[in-house]
Amino acid sequence: MELDQVTYTFARALAFSTPLLWAALGEIMAERAGVVNLGVEGMMVLGAVIGFIVSQATGLPYLGLLFAAVTGALAALIHSFIAIILGANQYISGLAITIFGLGLSGLIGRTWVGQPLQAPMKFVTVPGLSEVPILGPAFFTDQYILTYVGLVTAGLLWFVLYYTRPGLILRTVGESPVAADAVGINVKVVRMLTVVFGGCMAGIGGGYLSIAYRPSWGEGMTNGMGWIALAITIFALWDPLRAVLASFFFGAFFFLSFLLQKMFPPELLTLMPYTFTIVALTLVALGKGRRAFGSPEALGVPYKRGER
Amino acid sequence: MLERFGFKLVPRKAVPGYFVFLVSFGAIVAAIVVTGFIFWIYGVNPFAAYSTIVERTLLNSRGLSEVVRKSIPLLLAGVGLVLAFRAQFWNIGAEGQILAGAVGASGIALFVPLPPFVAIPAMFVAGFVAGALWGLVPAILKVRLGVNEIITTLMMNYIALYIVRWLINGPWKGDSVVGFSYSDMFHRSIWLPTIGNTRLHWPTLVLGLLLVVLLAVLITRTKLGFEIRMLGESPIAAKYSGVNVLFTTTMLIALSAGAAGLAGVGEVAGIHHRLVEPNSISLGFGYTAIIVAMLARGSPVAAVFTALFLGWVFASGDIMKVALGLPFQITGVINGLVLLFMISSEPLLRFRIARVSLKNPETAESETGTV
Amino acid sequence: MASTPPKHDSNNSLPALLSVKGITKSFPGIKANNSVDFEIRAGEVHSLLGENGAGKTTLINILYGLYQPDEGEIKFKGKKIALRSPKDAIKRGLGLVAQHFHLARRHTVVENIALGLPGTPMFFPTKILRGQLRQLGEHYGLKVDPNARIWQLSPGEQQRVEILKVLIQGAEILILDEPTSVLTPQESDALFGVLRKMTSEGKAVILISHKLDEVMRIADTISVLRKGNLVGCFKSKDTSPAELAKLMIGRTIEPTTRTDIEPSKSSVLELKSVWVQNDRGTNALQNISFRLRRREILGVAGVAGNGQGELTEVLTGLRYPSRGQIIIDGEDSTLRGVRGLFEGGVAHIPEDRNRMGIVPSMSVAENLIMRQYRHKPFAKGPMIDQREVTKFAIESIDHYSIATASKDTPSRQLSGGNVQKIILARELSGNPKLLVASHPTYGLDVAAAALTHELLLSQRARGAGVLLVSEDLDELIKISDRILVLFEGTVMGSVDTQEVDSQTLGAMMAGVSFKDIQGPTTSA
Repeated sequence: MELDQVTYTFARALAFSTPLLWAALGEIMAERAGVVNLGVEGMMVLGAVIGFIVSQATGLPYLGLLFAAVTGALAALIHSFIAIILGANQYISGLAITIFGLGLSGLIGRTWVGQPLQAPMKFVTVPGLSEVPILGPAFFTDQYILTYVGLVTAGLLWFVLYYTRPGLILRTVGESPVAADAVGINVKVVRMLTVVFGGCMAGIGGGYLSIAYRPSWGEGMTNGMGWIALAITIFALWDPLRAVLASFFFGAFFFLSFLLQKMFPPELLTLMPYTFTIVALTLVALGKGRRAFGSPEALGVPYKRGER
Repeated sequence: MLERFGFKLVPRKAVPGYFVFLVSFGAIVAAIVVTGFIFWIYGVNPFAAYSTIVERTLLNSRGLSEVVRKSIPLLLAGVGLVLAFRAQFWNIGAEGQILAGAVGASGIALFVPLPPFVAIPAMFVAGFVAGALWGLVPAILKVRLGVNEIITTLMMNYIALYIVRWLINGPWKGDSVVGFSYSDMFHRSIWLPTIGNTRLHWPTLVLGLLLVVLLAVLITRTKLGFEIRMLGESPIAAKYSGVNVLFTTTMLIALSAGAAGLAGVGEVAGIHHRLVEPNSISLGFGYTAIIVAMLARGSPVAAVFTALFLGWVFASGDIMKVALGLPFQITGVINGLVLLFMISSEPLLRFRIARVSLKNPETAESETGTV
Repeated sequence: MASTPPKHDSNNSLPALLSVKGITKSFPGIKANNSVDFEIRAGEVHSLLGENGAGKTTLINILYGLYQPDEGEIKFKGKKIALRSPKDAIKRGLGLVAQHFHLARRHTVVENIALGLPGTPMFFPTKILRGQLRQLGEHYGLKVDPNARIWQLSPGEQQRVEILKVLIQGAEILILDEPTSVLTPQESDALFGVLRKMTSEGKAVILISHKLDEVMRIADTISVLRKGNLVGCFKSKDTSPAELAKLMIGRTIEPTTRTDIEPSKSSVLELKSVWVQNDRGTNALQNISFRLRRREILGVAGVAGNGQGELTEVLTGLRYPSRGQIIIDGEDSTLRGVRGLFEGGVAHIPEDRNRMGIVPSMSVAENLIMRQYRHKPFAKGPMIDQREVTKFAIESIDHYSIATASKDTPSRQLSGGNVQKIILARELSGNPKLLVASHPTYGLDVAAAALTHELLLSQRARGAGVLLVSEDLDELIKISDRILVLFEGTVMGSVDTQEVDSQTLGAMMAGVSFKDIQGPTTSA
């Protein structure tokens, strides 16, 4: 393969991985606080449809993106109310949001299917840096702003999580809600805020798809990306920076499978990341790394004071 | 929070059966009402919409057969999930297990020449085994290593999807097919027989009902069923009783996943008669089966009714697309709403509201009586 | 006994830092604290002594603001206050080191401590703390690596983190709940050194313990609680372990109703040099050997956490020993597992009646066959013979007078005593050779407890060997022929019930070996 093709692949993989990254980052924060959100797919697709509609109707792509974020947040609010306040089974409540979201988005978007977006978000090419050999075309040419913002956000979230007090609180709520409660932290409120944030991120990820990457709307256009974001969360071992690598990894595989279809059965390449996720989980469960790298200890368990 | 208003939540000791039914039924009604409201927002008269649906699905023999036909895979996968959920194994992988079953059956149909009266049972057996094996990997990982089965079964769904796509585009691509991807048609003699001129492939239906009976008997009357219930309801007690956790859990997941595999056989041998694009085979049956199982609340027999209900929803989706111009995805809206209302009402089943004396408001902790 | 270290003279003219009067607190069915008074002064170590269920933890939970008392008043430095939550308590300078640590295991030491400290900076909250921690650690002798993760630390080190956490929050009154239960003897000594340093600087320490000799060593003042009442408050130099033990346990023993039966010569159970590890990987039982004969009840005494749990687990197949042999009725049964043991005639009345002994959501009838369902007459091939199950259920409900609406009622609806009857009916149905009963009357009313005792005695008469693990010394003395005392995983002694009294037993349970009790008493 020629160098040109390599850098091109890199660039396209980067673009493709952006929605995955946004959604995964949101989910990482939610799971770090101890809540599983199987509704990511639904939040993404709702974000996509609302984002498209608003952008198309107003001609303002960034307004559309804002609405996409808010939509995701609202859906997450429902999920967090059921899972955190009512204390019901959070796996099922997330799944319900996905099923509902896929259906509702199809319904809402029916008159908007197939229309190309009049004023989509444009590519940017970073002046100067794009001239740099190799790195230039790979990284700084023809990307969307959201891609760069996503990467910066990953870095920011990493910093917040490990080096600030709010991040410490968030992590403790997910590891040991008892310890957090004992010092007066309101576990439920922290969890709700984090889940809503996650929904926001998922909404943006979906919005990116319909406003920037494939500026149009089609039913179910997220194609299971929400589920992949969940896989990335685990594959990245709940770390925002590793999530960048993991999203890129998944993005690359998807793109490569398309590119290399003359040489390998594309489907077999595409299923590799899913297989790797299972392998990664198994390794984590087997290894000594379990203590250091496993899931947040209180993940998936609603918190009730007084129960051990 | 409630304490400030003089109420507190007290755990219920026993839940009367009729109350459970009432709550489930209420969730369904609520979902239908909200969906009607959504119709109205979209300029479709809800009453007209529902009456059209009812007329075409329930008052019409062809419609009815479609409802039953859609219920078949839901029943098979759903009753399998009832079993899995009973043992607290959250199997989200029915979708992939259905596909595995489809692959197993297709393998026999396309490559193993057998006389029809052997081929058809062989397809079902192959489908069952394939589905069971597909579920076994997450099962063993969970029992031996504690790996979260929700993620692993979900991943297996995708792996199955891509394997099927690979097969129909690659090694199993139909010789006579150009431009589309599916396998060759199965030989006419091994197409599953249908009732009259409907598309109702009755052998699968019969299998489904048999499975319901089998599982109902298994759960309530056999030693294995007793162990499964113990495992699901109190793992500590199961250990105290000497249950072999590894063996029992793998057996029951194999059964659960195999049932989903049978659903795949039905779709492929009874409807499409070839291996096709995975999304057309499973159509979301695997995820909907979760709702079937949850609504059935642990009873295989109830799964017959919940499968019919959700089959009706699927059939309505078709009608709505054709007659009302609404996208098929509206079924997702109804399903999602049912599920949302159902789990939101769970607290009603676990707790009741009682008054609290405001004289000496206690902290929110429930006293466990430890001193 | 070890020579007593110089004690800080508690100055009576100093006003009490915290004083409570007439504290009463009830829970459904039980009065945990009944008009208790308590005072603590600066520079004082005041110990709360009492058995399980005496009310010690309730009292300190009230002091820390976790519970509100039904009656009574709390005064801080002479002023009446209300402690509505731990935040109020922390504001007044109280700090609690609980028995089960409130630490996030995957976080580092500094992260855990930073969490509880208001005023840590938004960014890099842990940076400043590192220095502070090192300083404090050196000053008090509480060395711990600030960057270590909690799961990497031993329980003793984790406890140091909890103490540092409390000190950094500015605690002047430290409450420690059974602090030495997770420590080795050397670590306990180190802890006492730390406490002495603190009190010499004017801090106050409230220490809950059941270990008499430690309490005598470190406390200035001792308050004894029994069944919710304050039964005595002394300066430690004015009292003795014997007097304290007597107060802790209470009235004299009732005459025993146990008839004299000569135990047979043959052993039904023999342990040979058995070592058992607990879940944390340390040794719960070390080199245990003893015999239980037929027609004998062997009581096992000891405060919870000294190895009794692991002993019952290893005898019933729920855990395997790391070394040694377990011989039942002449056969090596060390690795037989739950099923093998049950089928070999070992019955188990578990401590966790409600979650292990029954499946709460299953019916009475199903719970009655929960262990025997694999065999005739209840099993016919792969099926369960419902008629036999019903027959057995009706018989058992009748025979044991199990109060239940019907045989199909979910067993979680039954009272504790009736749940116990289900378990007894089930476990005794096979005429077991060995009956392992773990705290069988805990939480039961008088009638249910009496029935349980009757049944244990009748099994003994029938020829079985009974191992009775209990914290209730009255019960042990009443029912057992011999008593084995476990302390920190070893056998302190095995005594004939007729030759011993509760004071001696109490002392043995607290770690004093039988030999030392029999010798001349040392002066305090």
